[in-house]
Amino acid sequence: MVINGQDIKNQNTIVCRCEDITRGYILKCIEDGYKTLDEIKRVTRAGMGPCQGRTCRQLIAQELSRIYGVPMEDVLMTTFRPPVKPISLGALADAYGEREGKA
Amino acid sequence: MKKSYDVVIIGGGIVGCAIAFELAQRGRRDVLVIEKGYLTSGATGRCGAGIRQQWGSVLNATLASESTHIFENLEEYTGYNGSCGLNQGGYLLVAYTEKEWQQFHKNLEVQHSLGIDAYAVDLDGAKEIVPHINTEGMYGATFCAKDGHADPFHCTFAYAKGAQKLGVDIETYTTVTGLKVENGRIHMVKTDKGDITAKLVLNCSGGHAAKMAALINEELPIFPERHQILISEPVAHIMNPMVMSFHRHFYVQQTPHGSVIMGIGDPTEPVSFNTRSSWQYLEENAHIVTQTLPAFRNLRVVRQWAGLYDMSPDRNPIINEAKDALGFITVAGFSGHGFMVAPRTAILVANHLTGQEDNLDIKRFSADRYRTGELLLEPSVV
Repeated sequence: MVINGQDIKNQNTIVCRCEDITRGYILKCIEDGYKTLDEIKRVTRAGMGPCQGRTCRQLIAQELSRIYGVPMEDVLMTTFRPPVKPISLGALADAYGEREGKA
Repeated sequence: MKKSYDVVIIGGGIVGCAIAFELAQRGRRDVLVIEKGYLTSGATGRCGAGIRQQWGSVLNATLASESTHIFENLEEYTGYNGSCGLNQGGYLLVAYTEKEWQQFHKNLEVQHSLGIDAYAVDLDGAKEIVPHINTEGMYGATFCAKDGHADPFHCTFAYAKGAQKLGVDIETYTTVTGLKVENGRIHMVKTDKGDITAKLVLNCSGGHAAKMAALINEELPIFPERHQILISEPVAHIMNPMVMSFHRHFYVQQTPHGSVIMGIGDPTEPVSFNTRSSWQYLEENAHIVTQTLPAFRNLRVVRQWAGLYDMSPDRNPIINEAKDALGFITVAGFSGHGFMVAPRTAILVANHLTGQEDNLDIKRFSADRYRTGELLLEPSVV
């Protein structure tokens, strides 16, 4: 696969471990015209799993940086959303009960 | 991006992209879609993406039902090589008050008159459809197996890519900074990437529609309202249908991917452009939903976010041409159900703009209805 004149190897490497997304799939999206982390996240689900992009965010940003020739710090990040780590509905519901005095 | 287009559409959500596609299908292909972020970055990409035909008014049931038929073949319809993720697991609408239960029976009459295959079930019937549901406090439920859920990103990308294939231009990360009227007609859209002249400008900017219309001094009763939503980690499939309550203001759905998506409405939410998440919402949603679906207590939330409903006074869309800026047409005010009616609404708008007949009367959606009192009343909204 050649994108922007660059020969792309290691296409089967898993980039997003939560959603099993390969480097090849990410690059295919870039080839299809998706230009940002936000778009790639929504097309592929990379970054939507339990770790919320902690692993894949930087790896995809690297690909965008290299292919579009922009510095890493200029690659647009996705919004970091709560909660910081997965938390059960039961724990949250109990917290509501305590807050409202209905525990 | 050229300097001049026949039609400029403001807003790259499903409404704007679907209208672009339908216009192009009808031969109006000199069209530009402007989006200030990426496609779906506004309300479309933040919505629950439910598709429900169980409405209480003929108009909404018709729009939703005819839109569902398009969602069923959207890939073929637009020539998209991905999947739009339609999952028709049905909607189970549960009634928690006697009045609501009576309304559901009236709604069923409307739905049956349009050939929508929905039916009422008692509490045992509800448990057959969702075995782990807690029916305490419930009067009954209605179910339509053809209701469901689709992927809002892929549906929008399908319309956008289909439109582009027919010659439509799309400019993302482009912000409208002004509008110019000449001799009572819309003439120009000013953006941070340059000015564009246009014969027609469609305002499909959702919660921002009133702000956009204000640029030509048109007052529209469309206001933004934050709605919050959350999603869990993927788990084994235990629930096919969307479970929804108007009385308790919640909806819950397990996606084909296994994650469970849910949201609640807050009747006290103020008018604002706020799209931040709150921890209060997270706890309240968990409390409300685990009462009806206790099995979800062990489910872990991985992400929460918020988006804007584009509310109108009667909670139905406004399709309106500005009186002092002919050619400036707003298509907004969908009040939380824009995604599911977008396919049919886009056809209605495109038919109107290309002089083709349509069995729905577009004038009914005009903002004039708030003066004449001919409101589009809908008894069943969250």
